[in-house]
Amino acid sequence: MAGSLGQRAGCPTATSAGASGAGGAGPGSRPGAALLDVSDLRVQFRSRGGVVNAVQGVSFTVEPGRTLAIIGESGSGKTVSAYAVLGLLPRTAQVSGSIRFDGIELVGRRERDLRDHRGRNAAMVFQNPERSLNPTMRIGTQITEAIRCHLPLGRAEAHERAVELLRMVRLPAPERRFYEYPHQLSGGMRQRVVIAIALACEPRLLIADEATTALDVTTQAQIMDLLLGLQQELGTALVMISHDLALAASYAEEVLVMYAGRVVERAAAGDLFGSVRMPYTRALLNAIPRVELEPHVLLPVIGGRPPDLSTIGPGCSFAPRCPDAQQDCRLQSPPLKQHEFGHWWACWHPCGKGDVQ
Amino acid sequence: MTATPPGAHTTGADTTAGTAGSDALLEVRHLVQEFVLRDYGGVKGGVLQAVSDVSFDLHAGETLGIVGETGSGKSTLARSVIQAPPPKHGQVIFEGQDLVGLPNRAMKSVRRDMQMVFQDPFRSLDPKWTISRIVAEPLIAYGIGSRAERRERVRSLLDLVGLDPASHGGRHPRELSGGQAQRVAIARALVLEPKLILCDEPVSSLDVLVQAQVLNLFEKLRAELGLSYLFIAHDLALVKQVSDRVAVMYLGKLCEIGPVRDIYREPLHPYTLALLNSIPNPDPSAAKRDTGSVISGELPSPLDPPSGCRFRTRCPKAEERCAAEAPPLRALADGRQVACHFPLSQVAASKATAGQATAGDDGG
Repeated sequence: MAGSLGQRAGCPTATSAGASGAGGAGPGSRPGAALLDVSDLRVQFRSRGGVVNAVQGVSFTVEPGRTLAIIGESGSGKTVSAYAVLGLLPRTAQVSGSIRFDGIELVGRRERDLRDHRGRNAAMVFQNPERSLNPTMRIGTQITEAIRCHLPLGRAEAHERAVELLRMVRLPAPERRFYEYPHQLSGGMRQRVVIAIALACEPRLLIADEATTALDVTTQAQIMDLLLGLQQELGTALVMISHDLALAASYAEEVLVMYAGRVVERAAAGDLFGSVRMPYTRALLNAIPRVELEPHVLLPVIGGRPPDLSTIGPGCSFAPRCPDAQQDCRLQSPPLKQHEFGHWWACWHPCGKGDVQ
Repeated sequence: MTATPPGAHTTGADTTAGTAGSDALLEVRHLVQEFVLRDYGGVKGGVLQAVSDVSFDLHAGETLGIVGETGSGKSTLARSVIQAPPPKHGQVIFEGQDLVGLPNRAMKSVRRDMQMVFQDPFRSLDPKWTISRIVAEPLIAYGIGSRAERRERVRSLLDLVGLDPASHGGRHPRELSGGQAQRVAIARALVLEPKLILCDEPVSSLDVLVQAQVLNLFEKLRAELGLSYLFIAHDLALVKQVSDRVAVMYLGKLCEIGPVRDIYREPLHPYTLALLNSIPNPDPSAAKRDTGSVISGELPSPLDPPSGCRFRTRCPKAEERCAAEAPPLRALADGRQVACHFPLSQVAASKATAGQATAGDDGG
């Protein structure tokens, strides 16, 4: 059973395990099917202060080789959703709904199975490379550790593979860097090492959680180009989690906007800017300082703060801050629906066409 | 007619003094900041020149944005201006008085007019103090006002930065969101009615909606109180939003400085162009990023900077001359200055130094 999770795509065992795990409806690995299918994901944290509903019914799919960006403010549930996909949430978290990876249900799996799933099937790059790397270990050792943990390779083979990975992430002089420590590298180079570790077992899904937020703009552009280049080379599906809508729109194919634990808008990145529908997305877009704007122009801002996730009111969670909110917004929460082809939104009173500004 | 006066090597930065007139609030001249690195046992390991011969002016009511990558020396520059620690060489003239070498007592009275706002509000606010106490602290330190007057001043300032004195005043920093905490840091910086505020990445730790609110607050305070800002950020779009003029730094040197509109419309230094090209844009209809001109490579070690122009190792236009000869910061028309042998636009560059005298009128 533990082995079936780690199987490669197309194996009959994977399909049968998916069928048994997902109650027969599993799409298996037929061509064109989603690699990752998250539906009605809910995550609750119980604490002394009460129950926090961090994620409230999130659904999305990611196809192989595609890039999905999940964006939202701090506390919108984007990182918690990603952690759920990798099975990284602490025991205090109550996860319900369904997360199917290549047809195999992950919710309710044992930790042992999930550990096999991580690294081989899906890997993550975190925001702060300093904290993802062990400062007392040579970077080569850290990469070979990840390789040998999941693949049956000998010491020499793992070394060779590690140098190859460092070359793949375009770290200069990989043979020499193999023996260096993290503090000897710049922030951008450290993030390259973290990406090399994430790619060690050729995962089919890579989750980048604010992977470039701590980096300079120039380095950010380099790392994003590297990620997208590797994605095309390897056919990996990429989920980028970011608070930066501009970054998401310029690098991802599809954008998912989260607010207070829910998905409020989902569209192709190219469509989102021109035909934004959800007032929250519009507020986010308007608040980005842009080089086309004149200096000293005040940015259109909305007041208020995201709601407390321990109490869910009946209405739309954005209604208290929404400039377009009406009576019905406070009474009933709008469902996320596909209103136009490829464009979902959850709003009773969506913005009109080209309503940015 | 070439734009390189023969004497530019030594006097290049001095020409900026000519544009300043007497109305500059802050004049920085040939500022150099060095740190001596120690190896094991206290042996001198090397000298890191974090800021290398930087000169600029800041007028009253003006905002100068400083942009550059990590390690470009922009934060060190701000700290040298406020004498924490004082620079190794050069002058920092604030309201006609050179601050370098000023006794501590005299410096304390200058700091009343010069305050700083840092990147992480939670690290710059004392976690054990209430918000009211934090904002009142500078008044107590300078012995200003009676208890009741101070309380009134704190109330009006919290109100000014958009916090509710009644409900927020008694709280502790941990009970605030990031945006609220940064507002407290701004209120504390304003309580002594300074003339200049040095902002070091003041909004980069905030979410985009909160960031916009705090940026608007900076604008409002500038308009209402006539403040001058030295605004440090790595985000070029953000710097454009708040600045009148922009200075671009690379490895401790100024690459380019000039009015914000000109620099963004027509960057002269290849590094400025590279920075502009790396900004992500949410609008798909905007001109697509030219990925070819995204800067490659890593920032060289500041311990061993490249000879000649420091940017040459990453510059697509570098030639032999760039390695041999460090380009001086030369003054061009319209108050622009650039340190490059081969500026991107010859049109702007060939307007030459004739227009210097007209450059100082953007202080409103």
